[in-house]
Parts: sequence; structure tokens; C-alpha cells
Amino acid sequence: METLFGIVVDGVAYGMILFIISVGLSVTLGLMRVVNLAHGAFAMVAGYVASYAAQGLGLPYAVGLVAAILFTVLATLPLEKLLYRRIYGSANELAQVLLTIGLTFVIVAGINYLFGPTLKRIPLPDALLGTVAIGPKSIPVHRAFVIAMGAATVLGLWWLLERTDFGIKLRAAVDDPNMAAALGIRTERLYTATFALGTGLAALGGVLGAELLPLEPYYAIRYIVLFLAVVAVGGAGNILGSAAAALALGIVDTAGKYLIPSFGEFFFYAALILILFRWPHGFFQGRAA
Amino acid sequence: MSGRHMGAVAADQPPQVAARGPRLRRTLGGAAVPLLAAAGLAAFWLFPNDLGLMTRIAATALYVLSLDLVLGFGGIATLGQAAMFGTGAYAAGIAAVHLVSDPLVLLAVGGLAGGLVALVTGALILHARGLTLLMLTIAVVQIVQEVVNKARDLTGGSDGLSGIEPSPLFGLFRFDMFGRTSYLFALAVLLVGVLVARRIVRSPFGLACRGVKEDPLRVAALGGSPRRYLVTLYAVAGVFAGVAGALTAVTSGIVGLDSVSFSWSAEALVMLVLGGAGRLVGAIIGTVAFMTIHHVMAAIDPFHWMLFIGLFLMGTVLFLPGGIASLADRFIKGNRA
Repeated sequence: METLFGIVVDGVAYGMILFIISVGLSVTLGLMRVVNLAHGAFAMVAGYVASYAAQGLGLPYAVGLVAAILFTVLATLPLEKLLYRRIYGSANELAQVLLTIGLTFVIVAGINYLFGPTLKRIPLPDALLGTVAIGPKSIPVHRAFVIAMGAATVLGLWWLLERTDFGIKLRAAVDDPNMAAALGIRTERLYTATFALGTGLAALGGVLGAELLPLEPYYAIRYIVLFLAVVAVGGAGNILGSAAAALALGIVDTAGKYLIPSFGEFFFYAALILILFRWPHGFFQGRAA
Repeated sequence: MSGRHMGAVAADQPPQVAARGPRLRRTLGGAAVPLLAAAGLAAFWLFPNDLGLMTRIAATALYVLSLDLVLGFGGIATLGQAAMFGTGAYAAGIAAVHLVSDPLVLLAVGGLAGGLVALVTGALILHARGLTLLMLTIAVVQIVQEVVNKARDLTGGSDGLSGIEPSPLFGLFRFDMFGRTSYLFALAVLLVGVLVARRIVRSPFGLACRGVKEDPLRVAALGGSPRRYLVTLYAVAGVFAGVAGALTAVTSGIVGLDSVSFSWSAEALVMLVLGGAGRLVGAIIGTVAFMTIHHVMAAIDPFHWMLFIGLFLMGTVLFLPGGIASLADRFIKGNRA
């Protein structure tokens, strides 16, 4: 029972981190049809910025978090203009994979040059240490915080996409980019904004998840497969799908590690194959975005 | 959107150039294998101290060639080709340790194992496309790696498999400590591989696969089964990858877990694209370029290597989408393209 409770708490927290990072990837894939393998690198950059802000400059955690997100979004916007715009569209899958792998390598090398190959930590503030009691059980505050932030992200994105002007335009462009452009929607600006949104979410997840996905230069390569798996299972551009997929894969992975640790990631990939074999367009192949 | 752009480039070429191009290219294509053999032998005399590296390059070129068959001629974007390479390497290695030692039999064992894995997994996953297919190929390679890692008694797990000692080739040529036999053997296998691959891509089956790559719907409308073509192609390429793995095992004497890794699959893709996918020479040029640069730069600092290859990769995608091999076309066409 204790183990089960641990699996659920850790699995859900882990799943929420996967969700926050992956949903940005999912939205950009759904709208711009770009398989962005550098997405994990963006999350990593944010983690390093937050780590530097906290440890090098001594700034509080919240300030570091905001600074990391702003920095990552501002730093990647020129990339969108210079690189990504050339490879939008599903016809360029291979070019996308290669260009973004190349970009990832460059970022990994740059991070290593600036920060060295050792693990970096983002020290948590006192408010996030310790445990919080929920009924008869108690869970670590940091896990609870991550879960709450994940839930807030789901709600925030839902509100943004379903209730705002931006969301309406975004959904229109996902359904039919040419028609949306013909109706006077500035799709290029929409792409830029969506790219920034996706990068910002990656940055948020990278900072929040530094406890679960430790920061080191190979982070960008090590975890991108996880994020892609969430998108593939959840269905590109599908927010609730990404959330469900991230939670399911997070719990499966955590359960595998708790119960049968010697088998590593076997269960994660076995589950992935089973799901994708049965539902090749993702588990929730409903409306996109 | 950029797809339209690329189509426009192809359509812009004047017709007389298009007529001149193929004939010249065919002449060059006919000379490719003798040229390759000559270059390989020249390297044998010129760099006697680098035979180990050159043997690895030859075996890797065969592996990248297998990816070229799948991706360049079938349009299957995969990040899991190492599943077949590694299975072939481990099958040959295990057979060498426990059963046989004849190098040619070991290659056959590796090819068979690679082909079987490709056939089974291909039949399972090739209904998918795009990102889903990419994820499935990654999942396959990860699962194969996990299985190999767990079968410690047979494979040595994370310590790797060692003690592969092939008997003399044809009973005559011992695998000497300088690697001369190894290199010539690897070069010969690569040349045979290129010849067979060329036969395959020019056969009706190869043309049908290209048809599936261009337009699966039309192939289906003509009465063909796109999926069956792709699964067959995947299995055939699996045999090539398995032989390449076995060749690596036989010539190096060891097999490690990294031979069934996601990153080894991705590296093959990088090599292929550097050289130029969709043409057999591209696979070889890309492998030679990649591994030589890697050898030089990684000796200095692995992160410099990543920076370099990252920039190189981005430059290739943006400015040279056909890879290094397409430079020759530009000369032939005299086209600024």
C-alpha cells in the first residue's frame, strides 16, 4: 500500500513534468508540423539559466524561474525566424529531424563549454522543502507543487485555446492553414507566438523538473525520446491527450522502476509499442489542439 | 510549404540538362564500384597504421547503406536501424563464441538474424507513418537493447561480448594483429554489398519501392501493396545491417551495448544525410567523411566534435539538401541551383 502510494505520487509528479515539457512540443507539432528534437535542449537551457541565477547570482527561486523562461523564449525566437521557418510543414520531416538534431548538438556543446559536464542543481526554496499532509498520508511539498503547476498548465492552456481570440485563430490555423491565411489570420505571427508558447512551456518544465530529470549537458539528448513518446501517444496538438499520455507513461515508467528496477525502461517502451500499434495516430485522435 | 519550394527547384531545370544529366551520371555510376575498390586499396597502402579505423569505416558504410535502402529508396524515416545492426553483431558474436568460427558463416548468421528482426518488427510497425513510425522504431531499438542487456549470460550485458576469434578466411588467411586481413575482408564485403544493393534498387522490386516512396496511393491503385513492398525492403535492409554488424563483430572481436543504441541509429542517419540519401554512393561518402572527421576531432574533445557535427548537419540541411554526393550533380548539370 505504501509502495502503491509512492508510485502514484511520484508517477503523477513525473507525468506532470513530462506533460509541461511535451505539451509545448505537441502544440508546435500540431500547428507547424515540425518535429522539434531541440525541444529538450530548450528545457535544458532554461534549467541551466535558473541554476545559474540561483547559485551564481543568488536570486530567489521564483525570480530564477521567470528569468529562465524569459531568457529561453527570447533566445529561441531568432532561431524560429532563421531556422524553423524554413522547415515548417509535414513534407520536410527528415530535414526537421536533422536540423533540430544538429541544433541540439550545438546547444549541448555550448552548455558544456559554459557550465562544464557536471550535474547542476537548482536549490529549492525552504517553502518547497519538507512534506505536506494530505489526509493520513504526507507527500513532499515539491511533488505537490509540481502537480499543482501541471494542473494549472492544463487549465491555462485550455482557457487560452478555447476561450481567447488567439486560441480561436490557432485552432483555425491547425485545421486549415491556407484557409486561415485567406481569412486574414496572420499565420506567420501565429507561428511565432505558438513557438514562443511552446518554448516557454519547455522552459517551465525544465526548471520545475530539475529534481526529477537532472541537469547535465546530455539532458537534451537523453530525455527527448520521452517527450516525443508523450506526443506520439497523446496525438499531436492534443492538449488533453498529452496530459493523459504523460500521466500514463509517467506512472508506467515509475511503477516499472519501483517494482522491477532491473528491467530499466523496458516497460515504458513495451507500453509505447502496444499503444502505438493499436492507435497509430495517438490514443486520443480526436480534434487537434 | 517548403515542399512546394523544393518541387519548384526540380521543375526549373531546363529539359536539355535533364537529358544530359542521367547519361553522364550513369557512366559515373558504372565506374563507382571500381573507383571505390581502387580508393579502398589505395588507402590500404597509404595508411597502414589506420587499418583498424578503416575497417570500422568499411563495416559502418555497409550499415549506412542498409539505412539508405530503407530511407533513400523506401522513404521510411527510422531511428532504429541499430536494432538490426546490433542483433546481427550479437548473433554472429554468440555463434562465434559457442558454435562456429568460419567468418563467412558468421556473416550469414548475422545477416539472417538482422533480416529476421527486421521482418518481424517491420510487419508490426510499418503501418504507421511520420512521428508515430519514428517513435516505434526508437521503441524497437530500446527494447532490443534492454533484452540484450538482460541476457547477460549470452551477451555479457553491459560488459560487452568478447572472445570472438574467427578462424582463417577460406581456411587460408588468418586475421593478423595488424588488421590487414580484416580490412581487406571488410572492403570486399562492402563492395559485394554495394553491388547487391545496386542490383536490388534497379530491379522491378526496387523501382516499386521508389514508387511507394513517391506516392503510395498510386501504387495501391495500380494493384501493388505498398505495405508489403516496404516490409520486404525493410527485411532486405535488415539483412544488410545484420551482415554489417557481424562484420564489425568478426573484425573487431568485440560487441558492445552501444551497437544496439538509439544514438548509433541516429549517427547512421547523420552519416547518410551528410553523404546524400537516395543514392548508394552517398552512404559511403557520408560514412567516410563522418568517421574520419570524428576520429580527428573526438581525439581532441568530444564536445568540439558535437559542435562541429551539429553545425555541419544544420548547414547540410539548409544549403546542401542532397548531401555531399549531390555536389557532383551540380558539376554535371553546370547548374547553380
